[in-house]
Amino acid sequence: MENFSPVSALIGGALIGLAASLLLLFNGRIAGISGILSGGLFLRKRERLWRLLFLVGMVAGASVYQHIGGGLSEVRTGYPLFLLIVGGVLVGFGTRLGSGCTSGHGVWGLARHSRRSIVATLIFMAFGGVSVYLVRHVFDVLS
Amino acid sequence: MTPLLTAPLSGFVFGLGLTVSQMIDPVKVTDFLDVTGFWDPSLALVMAGALAVTLVCFRLILRRPSPLAAERFDLPTRTDIDVKLIAGAALFGTGWGMTGYCPGPAVASLGLWSFDSLVVLGSILAGVGLHQLLFQSRSG
Repeated sequence: MENFSPVSALIGGALIGLAASLLLLFNGRIAGISGILSGGLFLRKRERLWRLLFLVGMVAGASVYQHIGGGLSEVRTGYPLFLLIVGGVLVGFGTRLGSGCTSGHGVWGLARHSRRSIVATLIFMAFGGVSVYLVRHVFDVLS
Repeated sequence: MTPLLTAPLSGFVFGLGLTVSQMIDPVKVTDFLDVTGFWDPSLALVMAGALAVTLVCFRLILRRPSPLAAERFDLPTRTDIDVKLIAGAALFGTGWGMTGYCPGPAVASLGLWSFDSLVVLGSILAGVGLHQLLFQSRSG
């Protein structure tokens, strides 16, 4: 628990909640990132454009905070390429198959008391826990 | 034009939140999922902080007949729990634990030029494309 950072976690979380509230208030949409990413790739014209702009905004927000000295102090290096590629494909495929990710199900779905989202969140948290357990403690991959 | 201005604004605040909360650090994420190791509960508070805001704001916003910059609210309506939901969440969770990245941080990290995040984002896009190929050959 030595890396516990409750204050930045709560402030960052509140900003994420604010971002979702802004998108709902103005655009009438739920800010589920996996859905926005997929729509940005495969939808057309206006439906695609706002999604792409949202994603550009995300990159800008993270970059600005990083460049003013907040954000990551060090970037993880030397992590097995195999895990990154296979895991990434599972994240992309799984979030589309399950209609959502940490944001869509884990935050907005829970805020709307959606049964689907509660079930999905419990499942991806549990599988995430098992997956990290296997990677770190069974296969001894450092991270 | 307004919805095309408010979308990047919301995205900007979202990216800021992911960075302030350190969710863009894959080590922070795997530390959270590693309940039997050096457990770091911070990310539970990220979700709690986000939920505290959305629980109140969503209720107030959805009392309006329509959003401010669009004709109507466009919200998910499904309530059924099917095999796809369960299998998808299980696959996603497995990949999340393997990489330390969910889609939001993978996108937001683009500006940080971390090799890990670039590989993961490329792989996520491949996974999304694979799903599109298998289940939705045409889209609207």
